[in-house]
Amino acid sequence: MKYCGKVVVTLKPGVFDPQGMTIKNALHTLSYQEVEEVETGKYFRIILKAVTKEEAERRVQEMCERLLANPVIERYTFEVEEFR
Amino acid sequence: MRFGVVVFPGSNCDYDCFYALRDVLGQDVVFLWHKNTDLQGCDCIILPGGFSYGDYLRTGAIARFSPIMEAVRDFVLQGGLVLGICNGFQILLESGLLPGALLPNRNGRFICRYVYLRVENANTPFTCLCTPGEILRIPIAHYQGNFFLPQDELGILTERGQVVFRYCGPQGEVSEAYNPNGSVGNVAGIASSDFRVMGMMPHPERACEEILGSVDGRKIFLSIVAWLEEKRYAGCGS
Repeated sequence: MKYCGKVVVTLKPGVFDPQGMTIKNALHTLSYQEVEEVETGKYFRIILKAVTKEEAERRVQEMCERLLANPVIERYTFEVEEFR
Repeated sequence: MRFGVVVFPGSNCDYDCFYALRDVLGQDVVFLWHKNTDLQGCDCIILPGGFSYGDYLRTGAIARFSPIMEAVRDFVLQGGLVLGICNGFQILLESGLLPGALLPNRNGRFICRYVYLRVENANTPFTCLCTPGEILRIPIAHYQGNFFLPQDELGILTERGQVVFRYCGPQGEVSEAYNPNGSVGNVAGIASSDFRVMGMMPHPERACEEILGSVDGRKIFLSIVAWLEEKRYAGCGS
């Protein structure tokens, strides 16, 4: 069975995000004055083989902890669904 | 006494380190390709600056899985000396050999210029020829040099003397005005709890000749030499 894991990695609250800040300023320049906050992050789409959805989730979580996110400064969320 | 400069795909300060050590300081030095696991009897390993693996994912995040890093980890466990410069520092943090992380500079730009550093701990293998509080002039060249560590952990690090260098002014003033990249507590370099591993953002290999504007970088390499020599003599006596 194939599964698709979608992972989003963002900076922890309180960790400075100069890209987000620059993009927010650019949006203000474009007259989107209502913008209060912009947070940047990374998106990963991972297609993997697994016997069950639980196994796929466990593997994706392991990937997040070992490589995709740096726990000192980042946090992650993910979802796994069947891939066809 | 032998230095080893690790070469990752994308390292670009490897030759500068090699040149400074061999041609300027007359040391025995070899290149160590990242796919090898033989450290060739080196007494000190240098992880040089550059853009290992194109800085993909995060700086240093992929390099830490290079085969040679397993050997470097074992070398550290045996008490070997490891110096990470710039991208090398980033690799040491990603490897967990040093605590913390490096974020993009506060101003969002690449910064390449001379800075002043205050020696916070002159009792390490990397600074033993410096005097406490000595001011070194060494250049930085990075986009991600904004050192981050939660405040409580930074307090512990400071207490243990693991903060080795801080960015400062020409008279040694440590203040926000002399913080080039937003690092917590103006931290420019830290050491492991046993002081055998050090990481720093400034490039000592670029400050080893008068013609380049400073020779203060020599002190760091020569400290390593002096420390290793002393250790060797101590070993003979026992």
